[in-house]
Order: sequence, then structure tokens, then C-alpha cells
Amino acid sequence: MPLLTPPAPSGTSFTTQRPTGPIPQPAPIPADRLLLEETLPGGTAVSFNVRRHTTLRLTALEAGANVSFLCFNRAEPVDRYNLPDTLKGQHTAKLTTGCLLYSDMGRALFSITGDTLGWHDPLGGHDTAAHVAKKWGHLDYQTSRNAWHRNSRDHFLIELAKHGLNARDLVPNINFFSKLETSPAGALSFVPNHARAGDHLDLRAELDVLVILTTCHHPLDTAPAYGPKPVLLQLHATPPPASDDYCRTYRPENERALYNSERFSL
Amino acid sequence: MSVLNYTESPLAPASASYRHIIPAGDFWMHEIRAGQVLRILDLEGNQAADTLFYAAADFRERYSAQDTIRENASIYLTTGTKLYSNELNVLAEITADTCGRHDTLGGACSCEANTIRYGHGTRHMHSCRQSFLLGLMTWPHATGFDLNKRDIPPNINFFMNVPVTPEGGLQFADGVSSPGKYVELTARMDLVCLISNCPQLNNPCNGWNPTPVEVLIWNP
Repeated sequence: MPLLTPPAPSGTSFTTQRPTGPIPQPAPIPADRLLLEETLPGGTAVSFNVRRHTTLRLTALEAGANVSFLCFNRAEPVDRYNLPDTLKGQHTAKLTTGCLLYSDMGRALFSITGDTLGWHDPLGGHDTAAHVAKKWGHLDYQTSRNAWHRNSRDHFLIELAKHGLNARDLVPNINFFSKLETSPAGALSFVPNHARAGDHLDLRAELDVLVILTTCHHPLDTAPAYGPKPVLLQLHATPPPASDDYCRTYRPENERALYNSERFSL
Repeated sequence: MSVLNYTESPLAPASASYRHIIPAGDFWMHEIRAGQVLRILDLEGNQAADTLFYAAADFRERYSAQDTIRENASIYLTTGTKLYSNELNVLAEITADTCGRHDTLGGACSCEANTIRYGHGTRHMHSCRQSFLLGLMTWPHATGFDLNKRDIPPNINFFMNVPVTPEGGLQFADGVSSPGKYVELTARMDLVCLISNCPQLNNPCNGWNPTPVEVLIWNP
């Protein structure tokens, strides 16, 4: 193993340069690389580990899908995805190919190595039982059995508890497959049916990561009826980021975040 | 530059029940009772006051940036903005603002995030999250809460201007604050306020010059 040394600082320039040239597109997963494939029904949740340099592909199986998503450093869950650090480090208010998900300890948790959609929402948060009831009425389990109305907040609390975590660990989440528009005055509005059936993105783990995700509605979803959409989860083996990796070179900050993950993994 | 919303306060500093100057790089942690008014005053201009609020009765309920921007349908904070908790209760409302708008997307600097943003040479410089942690660790009424980094959610950056473009870019624009600008909040429940007066030396947003801010409290 060569001696690990920090990448160069980028000075105090606050211009936002992006790589020139084509944005990498997600390729079909070779059959011999596929490790796991599961369909998650709409309105449900799951938590699982993604090993370092394994890639998680999320695919919207129907238009208008949403994945509310949290992630933690598996070895040390007090180290977790941090919304402001991720946005300001990459000068972005949306997530797409090239972006890293930074932890609050300055590490890269995931790299978005491919994305057919171009915009995923980091801002909107997650829905609660009150949001769902206000828009679509309250359908409880006693009355409706498996057709009951479910929400991300309750799912997150349940999944966090399965890993010894609790409401104090319910940090701001990402909403993959959803988009909020921002007006010049700062007003936020939901873009209906942003994701088409088949849209997908690839998340390459840069540490061993604990993922908690739900397939509930975005909290600002304007759909006329309750109807969260199913999502396909696939894990596949991928190589570590090369020196010319698109995510690594997307911003000079990303090189340093990957260095911090490397340092953690010594 | 989009619309800035200016609202003056009728309150006179002479009638405040409490005044304190927070030096640059220091923190301030203080109870604010329901109905009290907290003013944060930018004494020398473009200074970031990184601010968190907790429900005094239970620190597990705290300010939530995502819930606040969603429930107000606005990414900027100004007069009329209700500050929401992670339990979707209103903690406080901004009732006066001579700065025009404030940021809640940029979060707080940390030693670790500074290595990403500025390079590893800044690793041992002072940062807001150090101040937040020391504030929580030394808060005398926190016994039994076992507070730690999990209890530092994304904060408000009063006096900071971080515009979002329609294309989804995040800019670090020139400050909209100047000496004497202030923001005022009326507490809607009993709160504990934690402010880190940002020590950042590597960012042009404060002119590479962190300066003091003043906090004033009025009784209802």
C-alpha cells in the first residue's frame, strides 16, 4: 500500500466548475456482477448494508416514484449523511451524476455514478401520518389491512430502532426520483411525475454504509390519490473509483472527501 | 438579486431585559421563554450567526431546516417565517428583519467539512461545530440528555446569503447584511437557543474577517 497523502487544497475560489465532456450514463448490469435484486412495493421500507465499492441501483418501476433515503457509516453510525455539507461542498441544490453524499465527518458515503433523471431532491424532507391524512385521508390498519396509508416518518423511526438508533438520528433525508422547483424569490414547488418508469440511478458506496429507505410519497406530492410506487433495488460489484473517476473529478472537494473515506478505511 | 423583505422592530434596545455580545468564534447558549423576543444584531456586517433552537423541555425536539423550508414553501427565512421543529411544532417566528433574508441550507462549518471545502491544512482551525459541541457538552441543564453530535441538526445561518438558482445551483453570494442589521424572533414555546458566532477564516462570505454579534432579549 502506498503512503496516503492528502490531495491539494483548492484555495478559496468559489466559482463552480464542472467537468467538461459527456456525463457518464448508467450501463446495464452484467449478470455476473449482480449480487442482489429485490422489488420494494410502494409505501414500504427496508434497511440494509452496502459494502464499500458495491453499487446500489434504484429503479423507478412506475412514473412518479419516490425513495426517501438515509445513510450512515456502518462502522460508526454517529457519522451520517449531512445535507448542508453535501450541498455546499459541491455548490449544488440538486443531486445527480458526479455528486457525492458527504457525511458530517467529512467522508464520502456514496458517489452517484450514473443517473438517467438529472435531478433528485435533497430539500423536501419526508412525509408524516399528518401529511398523508390531510391530503388523502386516514386509512388505518384495522379497516384497510395492507391497503392502509403509510408514511416515511413512521418507517424511518421503525428502521432506525432496528439498528439501535432513534429519532435523534432522523437527520434530513434525500428524496430520490423527486424534484422541487425553486423560484428566484425562493418559493418551493413540487414537480409532479418527475420520474418516468425505468428511470434509475447508481450509488457506489465509498465506505460500508447502512441504508434506510422508504418508497412512500414525497411530502409535497400533489397526486390526486394515495398510491406510492414500487422501486427495484439491485446491488452489484463495482471497482473502486479510479484516478479519473467522474465523481472524483466532479469537484476538487470530492477528491478530498474520497481521501477522508480512504483514511477511515486504513 | 431577488426580493428582500425588510421589517423594522418597534422594540428599543434600552428596554431589553438582557444584552450580551458574542465574540467571533465564541458560542452562546441561553433559555428563551415562550413570548420572549430574541434579537440578533450584526454589529459589523456579514457575520454568520449559526443558530439552533431546542425545546427546553426535551432536546430531542429541535429546529428542523427541511421541515421549515417545506412548511413555509420557501428556502429563505425572513419576517413571517415560522421555524418548525422535527415534530412539526412552531418553535419561533421571525417577527422583524432588516437584513432581508437568511440561509438555512449552508449548515455549519466543521473541522472535518473544512478539509473537504478548503483542504487539509485547515483541519485544526476553529469551526462552528466545535462551538456547538462544547455548548451542548457544558449546558448545565442537560443532565440526563446525554447530548452529542447527533443533537446538532442543520442550523440557520442568520445574515448569510446562499441563493439557489432555478437550475439547482447553490451560490455563495455577496452578503446582504451590513453593520447594524438585525433579525428578531418571537418564541412560541420555551426554547434553548445555541449560537455559534462563526469563526471561519477561509470563506469570503464574511470578508475573511469574523466579527462580534449582539443578542438582546425582551420580555413579553
